[in-house]
Amino acid sequence: MSIRKLLRVRSVAALSAVAATVLLLTACVGGAATAPDAAGTTTLHLVGFAVPKEANNAIQKKFAQTPEGKDVVWEESYGASGDQSRAVVNGLPADYVNFSLEGDVTRLVKAGLVDETWNSGPTKGIVSDSAVVIVVQKGNPLGIKDWSDLVKPGVKIVTPNPASSGSARWNILAAYQQVIANGGTEAEAREYLTKFFNHVAALPGSGRDATNAFLEGSANVLISYENEAILARQSGEDFDYILPDATIKIENPGAVLKNANPKANTYLDFVLSKAGQEEFVKKGFRPVIADTPVGEVAGANDPAKPFPVPPKLFTINDLGGWDEVNAKFFDEATGLVPQIQQQTGRSQ
Amino acid sequence: MRKGAAPQTATRWGLRVLVVGYLFLLVIWPVLLVARATFAHGLAPVINALRQPEVIFAFQLTLSAAFWAVVINTIFGVGISLLLVRYTFPGRRALNALVDLPLAVSPIVVGLSLVLVYSGRTGWLGGSLEQAGLQVIYAPPGIILATAFVSLPLVIREVIPVLQEIGTEQEQAARSLGASALQTFARITLPAIRWGLLYGVVLSLARSLGEFGAVKIVSGGVAMRTQTATLLVEERYQQFGIENSIIAYAAAFILALIAVIALVIVTAFRPDKGTPR
Amino acid sequence: MTQRAAIVEPPPLDSATAGAATNAGGRRLSRGRSATSLTAASGLGLGVALLWFSLLVLIPLTAVLVQASEGGWSAYWDSLRSPQTFAALRLTVGQAILVTVINIFMGTTIAWVLVRDHFPGKRVLEVIIDIPLALPTIVGGLVLLSLYGPSSPLGVNWANTPIAVFLAFLFVTLPFIVRTVQPVLLELEPEVEEAAASLGATQFTIFRRVILPSLAPAIASGAALSFCRAISEYGSLVLLSGNLPYSTEVASVRILSYIEGDKLTEAAAVASILLIVALIVIVILDVISRRVARYA
Repeated sequence: MSIRKLLRVRSVAALSAVAATVLLLTACVGGAATAPDAAGTTTLHLVGFAVPKEANNAIQKKFAQTPEGKDVVWEESYGASGDQSRAVVNGLPADYVNFSLEGDVTRLVKAGLVDETWNSGPTKGIVSDSAVVIVVQKGNPLGIKDWSDLVKPGVKIVTPNPASSGSARWNILAAYQQVIANGGTEAEAREYLTKFFNHVAALPGSGRDATNAFLEGSANVLISYENEAILARQSGEDFDYILPDATIKIENPGAVLKNANPKANTYLDFVLSKAGQEEFVKKGFRPVIADTPVGEVAGANDPAKPFPVPPKLFTINDLGGWDEVNAKFFDEATGLVPQIQQQTGRSQ
Repeated sequence: MRKGAAPQTATRWGLRVLVVGYLFLLVIWPVLLVARATFAHGLAPVINALRQPEVIFAFQLTLSAAFWAVVINTIFGVGISLLLVRYTFPGRRALNALVDLPLAVSPIVVGLSLVLVYSGRTGWLGGSLEQAGLQVIYAPPGIILATAFVSLPLVIREVIPVLQEIGTEQEQAARSLGASALQTFARITLPAIRWGLLYGVVLSLARSLGEFGAVKIVSGGVAMRTQTATLLVEERYQQFGIENSIIAYAAAFILALIAVIALVIVTAFRPDKGTPR
Repeated sequence: MTQRAAIVEPPPLDSATAGAATNAGGRRLSRGRSATSLTAASGLGLGVALLWFSLLVLIPLTAVLVQASEGGWSAYWDSLRSPQTFAALRLTVGQAILVTVINIFMGTTIAWVLVRDHFPGKRVLEVIIDIPLALPTIVGGLVLLSLYGPSSPLGVNWANTPIAVFLAFLFVTLPFIVRTVQPVLLELEPEVEEAAASLGATQFTIFRRVILPSLAPAIASGAALSFCRAISEYGSLVLLSGNLPYSTEVASVRILSYIEGDKLTEAAAVASILLIVALIVIVILDVISRRVARYA
């Protein structure tokens, strides 16, 4: 028993030593401390969604080479668009925000942090575009060419959950509206969407989740954004994607906060300039400024011509704007999508 | 020393196989698979992943929040245990039952409840706290609160039985010999409960390091500010690229390792459960 | 074992002999009064402790109930009856009940083997049983995904199906019944069993009529906790279940969706259900422990 006792005493000593080390390690952690600006430098806070992180970093580098941008120091935060938007509402410091969905900026407007006129400029507040595409396995074994091929037997679709991922709504709207853009009626569009949901194998929480589910084999078709598909291929993932003839234009907003440092406005202007837009293009986004030079874009279907314009490209405005769309399609009580999910969920 | 009638051999083996098989399929094999997946590309990428600034920050934040949560819960936990065991007061039984509440409540509900009260914009108390300069939600104090909430009962539940067992004779003797309350506590009570306290602290620490759902809601998971180790695992698992996958598995592996070490400490240094006392 | 039993079962506090059932070796508490009324200093201490407990636990949980009632009764029932939420609640409760029934059987069996059987490596099993308790839930999800997800060596792929929910619940509730039953098994006096055996009772009869009744309160406490833990689960389902509405979406995921949609009242409504179940479980545990104390 005395050896046991000795072991116990030793272990207590050892544990105390460990505890002391932990104490020392943790003593210096607090939240992120913001150092005061050194003389002459400006600190700008950028809060954005995860995907355009590298694009923004590249733009910041270019901005630093301009006279206005040369003394700017950046503090950044990237994450899921909705989470980031909520974080800003709850006190995360921000001067410039770049979100995936207009609604995430509207949330800031409602909270009084962004001016109502943020989207009255020439690009209506949008800083980058993309389009909904159909991602298939390498070599397209199922021979998918268009939306109508998705409801054939054997097709298992994965798309992010429109209830939990605001960004996922683009995909559902594209699937619906393409019927109408091709001359169909609302009833036919609804019928298609029902068949579509019958083929959905998983509705993970985010675009990244969905891509992972596709890559792991839970499904053989993924509905995604063109820029995500290009970025994934740039990172080494091996699949094909199809730009359907009828699809929706995805628009990502950028805005400056009311109480932001005035330099943030300069940055926004720079983002909307050719130099800024070029960086978005390199990462697979479609530019919002007309004559942005578009070089080779690795990862695109045809790197030399990365952004073909589909014959029937519709926008959220063609559907009536986000407010109307949210009420008609996604409202939990009366929305089309929850109704269809209930129908198909019950029959699964 | 076996107690009770010896089971027949066939039944005994049948039960053994059933139990070991069940545990193997539910716990052992899956954990081994994760360990293997972590090191699928070798040790170097894992070490490299653990050196990333976001990973280091996440672990520092997790350790720091867990440390403070455990300190708070230990101090108040010992206090509440003493009060519940040594004193009677109206509502004692209710308090004793309510202390177990955090074990039964969903972490999502915990997160929601803290947001409702401490949110800077709409919270009951959050507004005034924010004006006083203290941001709770979407900042480290919120993480500490959420962590303290979920691990609250653990120290208490380990200390109470020990306090009951040791009884008050020694304490009463000390008091009658003129020791003050503080002296009695420090020199009689505390040493007597030290093992129960230690187990409670270790379990509390393990629980605090592993909290996910509640922290996800109250912290916002902003990398390099409020992203803890568990949130880091979730984020990186869902991103493209081998690098991110390795980071996710490496962080998960470290968390699992700490959990198992805590369990081994608690199990190994307890008196053998199989023998009668 | 006293300490471990105490985690899952609140010890009864009402008398000097209370707690005998949860103390090892049938040891009784010290003779004489072990509890006195409050002094000024301890009264102050109680006040401080209550303040901390309120600020941390009681007030926030009350806020959930208050927020849930924000729209009045009709809004409350409407949120709960919305088809998707109702489906989530039904899935959650249904799977939790199923898992609890399995745990009653397996948990008791595991406790039995741990106490009554001896083989090399048994001690390791003790640690393994507690792993689901100590492991972060998100890591638990990763763990289950490795054996039952797309890259499973078993060839199954149960990710994004209700089976994933079942497995996740089974994993996280593993230790509960084992840990409540184990100390009671340890305390059983062998004489009664030996007497029954000498009178000709079979193993099974002994188990059914002598042992099981003593275990019943412990099993009941463990089952209540197991059920409660299952309906609360979130972390392990994030990566594993796909969160498909009407199929694999559980109550906690539903609450999170509401929170992320800035719909705090609806979130609080669903949360209130989970909270009420938790309170009921706490009361059940208290009642059981008092009965055990009385008849110990």
